[in-house]
Amino acid sequence: MTTSVNPIDSPRTTSSEGAPRANVRLEHVTKKFDDVAAVDDLNLDIDEGEFFSLLGPSGCGKTTTLRMVGGFEEPTSGKIMLGGRDVTYMAPYHRDINTVFQSYALFPHLDVFDNIAFGLHRKKVAKAEIRQRVGRILEIVDLPGFEKRRVNQLSGGQQQRIALARALVNEPTLLLLDEPMSALDAKLRHQMQIELKSIQSRVGITFLYVTHDQEEAMTMSDRLVVMRHGKIEGIGSPKDVYDSPSTEFVATFLGASNLLAGEVASRDGELTSILLTTGSTLFVPTSRLPVDLKGKAVKVGVRPEKISIAPVGATVASNRNSLRGRVRVSTFTGVGNQYLVEMPSGTDITVYAQNIGEELAPRSGEEVLLSWPVEHTFAVTPMESGSDSEELEI
Amino acid sequence: MDQPLPTDHPGSVDHKRRLTALRKRLPPYLLSLPAGLWLLLLFIVPLLIMLSITLKTCSPASGVCVMTWNWGELPHVVNLYHPQFITSLVFAAIATVIDLVISFPIAYWIAFYGGRKKNFFLIMLLVPFFVSFIIRTLVWEFILSNNGIVLTFLKHNHLAPSNFHVLGTGLAVIAGLAYNYLPFTALPLYVALERIDRRVLNAAYDLYANRRAAFMRVILPLTIPGIFAAFLLTFIPAFGDYVNQEILGGTSNTMIGTVIQNLFLIDSDYAGGASLSVVLLIISLLGIWLYARLLGSRTIEEYL
Repeated sequence: MTTSVNPIDSPRTTSSEGAPRANVRLEHVTKKFDDVAAVDDLNLDIDEGEFFSLLGPSGCGKTTTLRMVGGFEEPTSGKIMLGGRDVTYMAPYHRDINTVFQSYALFPHLDVFDNIAFGLHRKKVAKAEIRQRVGRILEIVDLPGFEKRRVNQLSGGQQQRIALARALVNEPTLLLLDEPMSALDAKLRHQMQIELKSIQSRVGITFLYVTHDQEEAMTMSDRLVVMRHGKIEGIGSPKDVYDSPSTEFVATFLGASNLLAGEVASRDGELTSILLTTGSTLFVPTSRLPVDLKGKAVKVGVRPEKISIAPVGATVASNRNSLRGRVRVSTFTGVGNQYLVEMPSGTDITVYAQNIGEELAPRSGEEVLLSWPVEHTFAVTPMESGSDSEELEI
Repeated sequence: MDQPLPTDHPGSVDHKRRLTALRKRLPPYLLSLPAGLWLLLLFIVPLLIMLSITLKTCSPASGVCVMTWNWGELPHVVNLYHPQFITSLVFAAIATVIDLVISFPIAYWIAFYGGRKKNFFLIMLLVPFFVSFIIRTLVWEFILSNNGIVLTFLKHNHLAPSNFHVLGTGLAVIAGLAYNYLPFTALPLYVALERIDRRVLNAAYDLYANRRAAFMRVILPLTIPGIFAAFLLTFIPAFGDYVNQEILGGTSNTMIGTVIQNLFLIDSDYAGGASLSVVLLIISLLGIWLYARLLGSRTIEEYL
C-alpha cells in the first residue's frame, strides 16, 4: 500500500465555491450479506470539514456504509477513497479515521486518561505531549480533570464525551459517529447535538454521522443523505431535502408530509397543474416535479406547518393552493395547535398552526379552508406500496 | 395523637397487619431452607468435626479420639510433611500452567471463531470428562505404560532409549493432573473471552492497535480475572489430588493428598490427617483471598 498522495489521483468535486478536496469518496460501493445487498451501488462525495449525515431507518445500510469507511467491513465491490487514497481494503488501524461507537466501547479496564491516550500511545507520541493533548481534549469536551476516573463511574453523557475525546485527540482526517446519542435521554441528547456541532466547527474535522433520528440529522448536518434499501433516496442540505423531498419516502421519513394522489393535468411553463383523485386541482412549480416522473401519476405534497387554516368564506390569494375540509381533531400541543382536517374524500390532512396567540382556533366539526403558497408545494413519484413496512419493524 | 392503644388479641387490625408482614417476609427464608440445611449438615458440621479432630488425640488401634486440646498437631504435621506439600505445590503449579497454555488458544478460538457452533465445540471439549475420573486416569496409566502405544512407538523408532519409562515418575503425575483438570481451566477462560465486547476490540483496531497490540492491550487485560479464576479452579483441586499420584506416580514423589489418605485409611491417624486437611484448606482460602484482594470479590461470583 503506497502512502504518498498523488495530487493527480486526488478526486476533486466541482463545487461552485472553489474546489474543496473530496475528503471521502465512495464509488459504486456494494456490500452483500448472503446475496442480499445491504448497500447497493452507493456513490457519495463528502467534502473536507463537512458535517455529513447518513440518515435512514434500521436496515437501510447506513451503519454498513460507516463500517466500510471505518475498515470494519469490506465492500463486495466498489472503491472507498480517503483524501485521494484508495483505502477500500486497508485495515482499520492503518486508516487515518477514528470512530465514536454506538455503545461508546470504552475500554473497561482503563481509566479516562488511558482510554483517551490509547491511540496516541499506539502512534508512539511522546509522553509529555500525550499528557498535554489529553488535558486539552478533556477541556474541549468539557470534562477537565477527569483523567483518573474509571469509565464505569461516568454517566452516559460523560462516557459519550470521553468516547468523542478518545477519537478526536488523534486528530483524524475523518471522524465516524455511529448513532452516538442513542443511549442518551432526550434532553441530554439535544444539548449534546448543539455541543457536538460546535466542537466540529472548532476542530474542523470531517464528521460522518449515522443516525435514524431525522431531527438530529437536520440539527447538525451541513449535508445529509436519506438512505433506504442500501440506496440514496435524497441528498442535500437539510433545508433542501426537507423542503423539496425527492421521493415519497424522503417526504414521509424526514418530517411529516401531507401527500395527495393525483395526475399531471397540464404544464404551463413555470406551473404544472395536477388533478387530484378527489377532483380538486393543485399547482406545483414545474421545477419541483420529480425527475424520474414516469407516466402521469404523482403525489402532491405539502408540509403541515406551511398550511394556513381559515374560515370557509375567506379569500385566497392567486399564488396559493387551497382545499376545503372539516376539522376532525384539534389538539393543543403547547407550541401550537395540530389539526386533522378531513377532506371530502375521507383522507386527513395534518396542519400545524403556531401558538402565536392571535388566531381563533377552529373547533372539531367546523368547515375550514386550507391554503398554502404554491412554491411550498412539491410532487413525488408514488412509492410502490407495501415495500417498506418490514424494514421499519427491525 | 389520641388513638386507642393497639390491642393485640387475634382478629384485631394490628394483629392482622403483623401477620401479613410476616407472611411477606417469610418466603425467602423458607425457600433457602433446603439449601441451608444441606450446607449445614454436609458442609459446616463435617468441617467442624474435622477441625475438632485436629485437637484430639486418637488411638491408632481402636480409632477412638479423645479431646485433649492438643494444639501441637498442626505444626507437627507441617514439619513432618512439608516435602510432600512442596511436591504437591510444584506438581499442581506445573499442571495448572500447562493447562493455561493448552486451553487459552482453544478457549480463544471457540469464543472468537466458534460462530454458531460454539456450544458444540464446548461439548466436544467436555465429552471425555463425562467418563469417570478414575477410569480416565486408568486409561492414562494404560497409555503411558511401558508397553503402551506412546512408549512402544517412541522406542520402536529409536526416539527414546529402551529403558525409558514415564509411569511412576513425576512427569506421569503432572500429565495426569493436567489432563484431568483441563476443563476447569478452559471453561473460565472461555467465559472471560466470550464476554469481551467485540465493539471494544473494534475500538482498539480503530485506535491504531494492530492485532498483536489489541491482544496485549485489550484482550489479555480483560481476560485476567478469567485466568486467575482458571488458575484457582485448577490449582486447588490438583493440589489436593491423590488419585493421579496413586495410579500414575508409583511410590516416589508422594503428594499431600496421598499422605492424608494414608493417614486416615492406613495409619488411622485421624488427628494428623485432619490437621493436614486444615492446612490444605488454609492454603486454598489464601488463594481465594488473594484473588478477591487483587480483582475484587464481585468477579469471584461471576467466575467461580
